[in-house]
Amino acid sequence: MMMHVCALLVVAAPAALALNMGLSLLFGYRLSERRLALTTQVAVSLSAIAATTLLINMLMTDQVQYTLDLGHWVDLPVEHFHFTLKFLFDRLSIPFVILSLLLCGVISAFANRYLHRDEGYTRFFLFFVIFLLGMVVTSVAGTIETMFLGWELVGLSSALLVAFFHNRVNPVANGLRVWTIYRFADGAFLFAALVLHHLTGGGDLNLMMGSQPWPESGCDIGSTHALIAGLLLLVAAAGKSALIPFSGWLPRAMEGPTPSSAIFYGALSVHLGAYLLLRVGPMLEQSPTLQWTIIALGGITAIYAALVGRVQTDVKSALAFASLLQVSIIVMEIGFGLRYVALIHIIGHASMRSLQLLRAPSLLRDHRRLEDNIGYSERIKLASRPDAAPTRLRIWRYRFAMERGYLDTILDEWIAAPFLKIFRTFDRLERQLVMCLSVGNRKQAAKHVSETDEMEAP
Amino acid sequence: MNNHLHLPWLELSIACPIVAAIICWRLKNECTVRSVALVACLLTLALTLGEWFDFNTLGTFSAQDSNSVVFLLFGAEYFVINELTAPLLSKVSLLFGLTIFATMRSKAGRFSVVNALLAEAIILAILSCSSTMLLCLLLAFSTVLPWYEMRLRGRDTSVFSLCMSLHLGLMLAGTLLLWLGHDSPLLSNLAVCLMALSAMLRAGIFPGHFWIVDLFEKCTFGTAILFVAPMTGAYFVLRLVLPVVPVWALHGIAVLSLSTALYAAAMALVQIEARRFFAYLFISQSSLVLAGLEIANPIGMTGALCIWLEIGWSLGGLALTLRAVEARIGRISLEQYNGLFDQMPHLGSLFLFTGLASIGFPGGLSFVGMELLVEGTVEVYPLVGTIIVLATAINGVALLRAYFRIFTGTRHIATVSIAARPAERIVAITLSLLILVVGIWPNAAIRSRYHAAESLLRIRQESGIDQTAESSPPLSSSRLNELEKEKGH
Repeated sequence: MMMHVCALLVVAAPAALALNMGLSLLFGYRLSERRLALTTQVAVSLSAIAATTLLINMLMTDQVQYTLDLGHWVDLPVEHFHFTLKFLFDRLSIPFVILSLLLCGVISAFANRYLHRDEGYTRFFLFFVIFLLGMVVTSVAGTIETMFLGWELVGLSSALLVAFFHNRVNPVANGLRVWTIYRFADGAFLFAALVLHHLTGGGDLNLMMGSQPWPESGCDIGSTHALIAGLLLLVAAAGKSALIPFSGWLPRAMEGPTPSSAIFYGALSVHLGAYLLLRVGPMLEQSPTLQWTIIALGGITAIYAALVGRVQTDVKSALAFASLLQVSIIVMEIGFGLRYVALIHIIGHASMRSLQLLRAPSLLRDHRRLEDNIGYSERIKLASRPDAAPTRLRIWRYRFAMERGYLDTILDEWIAAPFLKIFRTFDRLERQLVMCLSVGNRKQAAKHVSETDEMEAP
Repeated sequence: MNNHLHLPWLELSIACPIVAAIICWRLKNECTVRSVALVACLLTLALTLGEWFDFNTLGTFSAQDSNSVVFLLFGAEYFVINELTAPLLSKVSLLFGLTIFATMRSKAGRFSVVNALLAEAIILAILSCSSTMLLCLLLAFSTVLPWYEMRLRGRDTSVFSLCMSLHLGLMLAGTLLLWLGHDSPLLSNLAVCLMALSAMLRAGIFPGHFWIVDLFEKCTFGTAILFVAPMTGAYFVLRLVLPVVPVWALHGIAVLSLSTALYAAAMALVQIEARRFFAYLFISQSSLVLAGLEIANPIGMTGALCIWLEIGWSLGGLALTLRAVEARIGRISLEQYNGLFDQMPHLGSLFLFTGLASIGFPGGLSFVGMELLVEGTVEVYPLVGTIIVLATAINGVALLRAYFRIFTGTRHIATVSIAARPAERIVAITLSLLILVVGIWPNAAIRSRYHAAESLLRIRQESGIDQTAESSPPLSSSRLNELEKEKGH
């Protein structure tokens, strides 16, 4: 009973918070800063305490997993279509959800001061709460559909947080870019969910990944099917975790306020793709081709992030690429089947990167304080080895890094621009067709031409 | 089983807006006209809700009015309510009521309340009509009101007239051929083709979709919404095309509808005017509904019916938001960032919420509807199903782009307050709550749509058109009894 209540509270507290905030805004009831911060802290604390209690209970009773089944949300028994609300608490989801709640709690406390009296304070907290709910639902989802629900909430709130400073065009354009990539990645996720649904006859993650609790393998899906579903999930994960070729959005996401950067590409959201791969880890092992693809993608992204990160001139971009480098290594670890290593890596990296990002606005102040404490020094000299590469290669490498691997250019010029050009042409043709069919318009145009001719006549 | 309602709800709900329209036509004072229209809309909504609840107590697939005046006059029942139309009638009356309620007084001269009330009566009659000939007649009548408004405004009606004449001509020819040549396979096939073409034109399937965009450009926004949002084209397909068209033709139309959905989604992405953006978004979403209906399997059809129900509220809400913004700043350009959020946060939030609900985002009925639709489509055409996902993804991008262009950017400076009025806030709250409540507890709505889909497929099987029944297995008598019991329960 106690475990049931705790498990329910983990999900219900953020859901109630989101509903409360949404309804208050809908009815025009303006929540004060104090009340907003307080309700958020209470909900996050309740959820975190519940998750920790659940963990302690499970450790004490030697239980490796607990399932909270809230029944069928949608049920069409004749068609065997069920959308089950099931939440899975196991050795993967509990550490991840506790990490999410702790970091969200810290960041909400930071944001409360950072955005004090900012006109977008309420808006920030609304998006933040949606993000929190999405993270919790994705972390503890027991079915692929429930996971998709949380995944979508995280995507929307992330895009809106990037565009938080909406009176400037750049953040808004970057928010749209993030959203565009997320939408296509979400499409791949939806398809993967359908494929898995058809293969296993249901969306239950436990059934999909075998009868053994995570991380033991026991998946019954065949190699080819695992490859298809796994590749689709890899696309979804690549979109969310900014792996190649979607890495371009990551530094652009820094347009959001610092607290959102911290939760977004520093700590949680960027790890969600890796978390998805960890969750379906047993299935990945069914196909060696898939595993090698994951390792290769992680490796290429790691090299890319290391190269590009070296030439960044602002702290947030440098941290973004440092994050990407670590995430790619985590993805490689997942590809190699080192699931516990990857989980520990995620927890450690997310905590460290959150701290770095939250300190980023006061970096110069910290640096000066450090200099004051150690005494004035002309310059901290960094030891560097001479680069043995030929000059042309060095120049090329530098340009490649400065242009962030031309990834955005490739996506923009090879995919987006031709697509838009084609449909703008269609739009023009449609307008011309309507113009041709409009008798009145033609008469007006003819009248206009004759009037112009008369005016121009001597 | 008794299949008569306890009151003549259907006739009353149709008569109420007609009577109100006659009263409003005689009145001079605009405030009184508005009040009478609102009372009539509220009454019509209450009547449609009443007929829905009354119908639910009967536990049948369809029911007729009791003490029907039409029966007394003409000796035949022309109006029925069934599982498919019961919620649609309430949805339509709510949409009309909210549109009239949200109309600014300064726009009363442009948007004719009398026309809106007449249109409401016609749409309710279309959705309740049991006679094919009367249905065709009503579909023809419904096109007159927007055409008349365009004429009054001095706008060119050629495109609308051409497309609607073609639609009505094809429909008439198809109905006549079906009636005359039911013994001849050639004539029957020809009739079916004509009906299908007519339905596709009315529903805005490519290449006959451009009249919808033209209508939005030339009519008032309110009239255009009220003409297209009830999706009479989809209803036409269900009533007149689905029972007579063989499965291969249905699947062909489904593929065409899916292509339209993708094409319109991409077109919505490149628009530089808000009205055209909305028109293409609507075409894309309504094409998805049509595709689901034509897939003709229970899952896909249930998904389509759910989306149909949902987009009435969500796209209706989105359109009302755009209309409210237009009423303040004129035609909205998407070429630049308008920066309106700080001036009208309520409208901005409603735009985003209703828009996301319409494209199948969590929080609305379309979220599950879209999953059902994809699953149903993938069962028939595994690869074609990807089009739905792609179209939805592009619609999502187009929607957020439009939101950013309208509500973000350098702050719009206004000398007077342009925030949402109380009436608009009430509309926002009503629609948002409706979307949320049905989205959070979707099971009842989905089961009801599933029953409707099964019943429609049963009618199709009984007509014997689908001898192979490859998409859905024939229902045994025990299964039919089970369904009735389930429905009764």
